[in-house]
Amino acid sequence: MTATSDREQLAEIAAKANDNRVNLDFETEGMTLNMGPQHPATHGTLRIVAKLDGEQVISAEPIPGYMHRGYEKLTEVRTYPQVNALVNRIDWLGSFANEVPFILAAETLMGVEAPPRAQWIRTILFEMSRIANISLFLGDYGLQLGGMTAAFYAFRDREHVLNQIESATGGRFHPNFDRIGGLKDDLPKGWIADTHRAMDKLIAFCDEMDTLLIGNEIFQSRTRGIGVIPADVALSYGLSGANLRASGVDWDLRRDACPPGMVYDQADWKVWTHPDGDCFGRTWVRMQETREAALIVKQLLDTIPSGPVMAKVPRIIKVPEGEAYVETENPLGAMGYYIVSKGELVPFRVKIRSASFNNISIVPWVARGAYVPDLISILGSLYFILGDIDR
Amino acid sequence: MGQLSSADTTETQADDEVVVEVDERRQAVLDELTARLGDAVVGSHIRPGNDLWVRVDRSAWPAAAAAAKAMGYTFFDFLSAIDWLPSPFGRDMDAQEDLLVSGAPAKEQAPIVQGYAGGETRFQVFARLYSISAGLGVTFKADVPDDDLSIGTWSSTFAGANWHEREAFEMFGISFDGHPNLIKLYLPSDFQGFPLRKDFPLLARRVRPWPGIVDVEPMPGSGDDAEGDGE
Repeated sequence: MTATSDREQLAEIAAKANDNRVNLDFETEGMTLNMGPQHPATHGTLRIVAKLDGEQVISAEPIPGYMHRGYEKLTEVRTYPQVNALVNRIDWLGSFANEVPFILAAETLMGVEAPPRAQWIRTILFEMSRIANISLFLGDYGLQLGGMTAAFYAFRDREHVLNQIESATGGRFHPNFDRIGGLKDDLPKGWIADTHRAMDKLIAFCDEMDTLLIGNEIFQSRTRGIGVIPADVALSYGLSGANLRASGVDWDLRRDACPPGMVYDQADWKVWTHPDGDCFGRTWVRMQETREAALIVKQLLDTIPSGPVMAKVPRIIKVPEGEAYVETENPLGAMGYYIVSKGELVPFRVKIRSASFNNISIVPWVARGAYVPDLISILGSLYFILGDIDR
Repeated sequence: MGQLSSADTTETQADDEVVVEVDERRQAVLDELTARLGDAVVGSHIRPGNDLWVRVDRSAWPAAAAAAKAMGYTFFDFLSAIDWLPSPFGRDMDAQEDLLVSGAPAKEQAPIVQGYAGGETRFQVFARLYSISAGLGVTFKADVPDDDLSIGTWSSTFAGANWHEREAFEMFGISFDGHPNLIKLYLPSDFQGFPLRKDFPLLARRVRPWPGIVDVEPMPGSGDDAEGDGE
């Protein structure tokens, strides 16, 4: 424990917090609270050092790195197809979505484009990863706030998506299915009808969550007006995905900058935003996105073209010299890969822009002045995966 | 110093018989940046319909962020660094270290070749901003000389740069002047060395040979054609 009786610091906090409850007169001794590295609210091993004054947070500093795997270094000694297996493990709940921007960046440099059928299946699997990822969030966030029931429903219904991903790719969590120039394989027989049924179940799940979790009075009182992030602050921290849209910024890379190789323009769908920028808004936007993703999948399943799933590419992939950055709207937010190639079998440098890294760097800003129980609401609603921070 | 592309703003189009594509929107962005920053824009590259690279002088690095923000590039994407030194270690198939073990003579060190928008130094800082209203992204680069590995901070313009600069600081050893809290982010505070520099050996690769070696064995019946059945 360290004492934090720095008057200046307290005065600054007191000036910033709207409801000034920091006790300057008595000069109570502050305390340091270590959350984690093991904590149910962290989806991995994140440590948060919070300095408290009573129940109020004076400062909260996340300390990542307990799970750093050095992917940016490892990519420099692996061929492009091998890197694909690495990047699967960044956001482990939406693995297929991690592969896509990397493959698209390599395709940009090579000047190849996947055949239409591969583009369709790629987009479908991308959206299914989103559902698999966010449906867990909906359950888990309820769990963090004390509502255990939602978690069981989420785990039950997420299984339908995982089963479909498994039957198409062979992997429940790490498909490693995307290839430069297309996909590893075509869809199995009967997959389209099964996926339609699974998506129907997921849409029903979203309706269920709407009433079970989002509509719950306790849930609302724990999240409404908590952890408000204005749009300009969110942008300057580089927040993306649902965290940004919940602050009222109508921006979705799928609609606004759909990279070649994905077919979001072939479906009729909507980008959801929320004006409040609080924990509730972030949860609500995610729930709507899950439903929207299921609708996108259903539409694309109906229009999926026939043909090959792999373009003509050399068996030994050498990516021409150059640099490319491709960013996609992943379940957690904007994720991109900046590839520098020297025309060899391995990338020269890969910078991985992962969404959670930026999303969590706002914690010191947003947690200041919050109460300890709200810290859990805030952390949970920013929704990060540790693999996506530490890479 | 060689360059992958023409660094001159006037020669950004493809050179020979290829159809000359002009990306007017990105060219306009580049022109406005040049107007705002003046001589500080020392290199640029446009890939038509895809992306824009701008290299600015080190002294104008913070000013470039402010200028871009004023132009509507409000979304902070990322900031990092590149070490252009060709790796002396097992990045390639005939890694120097592996050759030395087998008794082969040491190869000459390959020259440093910078990427798009050129460069003159081994280390470059690069960052990306995005304009939501225009739907365009810009990658900024700046040279950082070896004898003074420091550059101005972006964290006063984009709060999100704080962590990215801390990461670049610990991974490359580049310091950011004016950063409020320049301490290690991922690594333990007593860690020695800069892991993402090319001359920092990846120890796992030293004890276990390059796994990609399997991929370059010729397939049976494919002859000597390294390109396989492509094209």
